[in-house]
Parts: sequence; structure tokens; C-alpha cells
Amino acid sequence: MPKRIETLVMHDSSTPVLGDTMKGGSVVVTTLDTLINQARSNALWPLTFGLACCAIEMMCTVAARFDLARFGSEAFRATPRQADVMIIAGRLSKKMAPVLRQIYDQMPEPKWVISMGACASSGGVYNNYAIVQGADQVVPVDVYVPGCPPSPDALMYAVIKLQNKVKRQSMRTTKQLNLIELKPRSFEETA
Amino acid sequence: MSFEVFRDVVKPIVVGFGITAKRLAHPKVTIQYPEERREQFGRTRWRHVLTRYDSGLERCIGCSLCAGACPARCIYVGAAENTDEARFSPGERYAHRYEINMLRCIFCGFCQEACPTGAIVLRKDFELSNYEREDFIYTKEMLLEPVRD
Repeated sequence: MPKRIETLVMHDSSTPVLGDTMKGGSVVVTTLDTLINQARSNALWPLTFGLACCAIEMMCTVAARFDLARFGSEAFRATPRQADVMIIAGRLSKKMAPVLRQIYDQMPEPKWVISMGACASSGGVYNNYAIVQGADQVVPVDVYVPGCPPSPDALMYAVIKLQNKVKRQSMRTTKQLNLIELKPRSFEETA
Repeated sequence: MSFEVFRDVVKPIVVGFGITAKRLAHPKVTIQYPEERREQFGRTRWRHVLTRYDSGLERCIGCSLCAGACPARCIYVGAAENTDEARFSPGERYAHRYEINMLRCIFCGFCQEACPTGAIVLRKDFELSNYEREDFIYTKEMLLEPVRD
């Protein structure tokens, strides 16, 4: 039987409300995972990784009119070591696939992937020998965005969807909190 | 207050805040997206809709011209014959299956141009993102416009 624990959690409106009482787990983790999920979902730093024309829309999303900074995602990191989310913006060629996988491996846990556009998600019109038919053949994808290219609002909707996914993560043990990398990787392993 | 202090400290502060103050009068450009939406352009092409006649009959006659025009090959049309007992469209045939792979689709609108009855149209609903690949196969039930009263 799950313990019924009343916890105070901070929601989007910053008003303290009673937390999810039906969530199982120990007292510490129940309170902590809500807090950590809030922190993680509101600071999803993307990786500067544009593969094709979708990258133009990705840049436009960060610009003043749409302003991805309102969701805490304005800090596009130039190194995978500091990034949380990888936006695969554009067609992924087979030659680029190992590079993408390597960059994904270099990102620290926890990490998420948004597959932006028809080409990255499924290959789109490029059903040929050169293009990977869906980036999920290379890396695990969390949110798919259809469109060619998706407009900035469509990408923002995907970021909100990803935030909701991050917020829903349940962590029952301290290991699942994923606070430290349990298996530190050497430079030779990932580079 | 010496002249140097005024020149090197006070004046730059005033000039700097003056630029900030000027920006306050500028119009605000940011669209607060989830709360307010921008008006989409008139020819924006997003989510497909299968439309109906005013009588409630489906416009689609299952001719597969949209599937032929599609450069991404993302449309499947399965046609069946209308009978007097089960009538879906005015003509002889109707589409008993109509599926679009939204991940393949590039929203070019060629299906809309090819359609002889104006059945498939691309409307302005852009919020199509989802978590699973399987959710992107849009079936006829999802695409078909609800019957108007």
C-alpha cells in the first residue's frame, strides 16, 4: 500500500499547493523528485547542433518574437558536456550518424532528445541511401515534431511536451534520481 | 565632485540607463505562446482534415490522387464501394481507410491541390508533437471532420 504523504511542492504558478499524495516511495525521494523535476524541466539547455534547414527555425525560436528563454531553454551550449537536451534539427545523413551518436554519448545524464522535423523523425521525402530513416535508429528520441520545417511555435510546443515528460518522471530510489554519474566515463571512452 | 568623477562615472551611468529607458517605450515583440497564439498566415499548411459536404456526406471518393501526388509517399487510401444501405460519399466509392503518416508528411499541400472534390485540406493546427512514433499514423477517424448539426 502506498504511503499517503502530504508534501508541499512548488508548481508553475509558484504557489505552494499540496503535492501528489498518491505517489509512492520514501519520504525523502517523494519530496526530492518533485523538486528535482521542477529544476530540470525549467532549465533544459539545448545543444547547439543544427543539421539542416530546421536549424534556422530553431534559431528563430530563441529569438525575441518567440523567446524560448521563457521556458529556460535559451542557453544553447556549444559543448555536449553542458547540455541537457539535443534538438536534432535537420536530416541526419548516414555519414553524420556516428558523429551524432558520439555527441549524444558525451552529454551527461540525464539527457533528452527532440527529433525536429520530418527528415530527422522519419527521413521525410529523402527515402534514399544517404539519409537515416528516423533518428531513433541512432539515439533514443523523447519527442517527435512533425513539420517541414516545424514553425517556432511547433518547436516550442515540443519543448513544453518535453517539460511535461520530465516533470512526470517518478524516482523511487536515490539511484533513480540520477544526481551523479554512477559510472564515470574516461575521456578515451567517449571522445 | 570633481570633473573626472562626473565624466568617468556619472555620465556613463546616465547614458547607459538612458538606453534602457528608451527601450521601455518600444513595442513588445514576444508572443506569450501557450497563453496567446500568433495569427497564422492565410496560406499556412498544417494538420490535414477530411471535410464533409453540408449534408454530412464525406467529400472523399477514394480516388488515391492525393497518394499519387504525395512526394513523401505518406498517404494510404483504401477505397470501397458505396451501397444504398451504407452510403458515405455521393459517388460510387468512398475511402474506407485513409491514413497519413504525419512524420513523413512535409506539409507541401500537393494532396490538397490534387484532390478533385476538395476533401483533404490542410488547416492551421500546428500542435502535432508527440512522444511515440505510433501516434503519428493519423487514421480516417482522426482526420475526418465531425458532422455539423
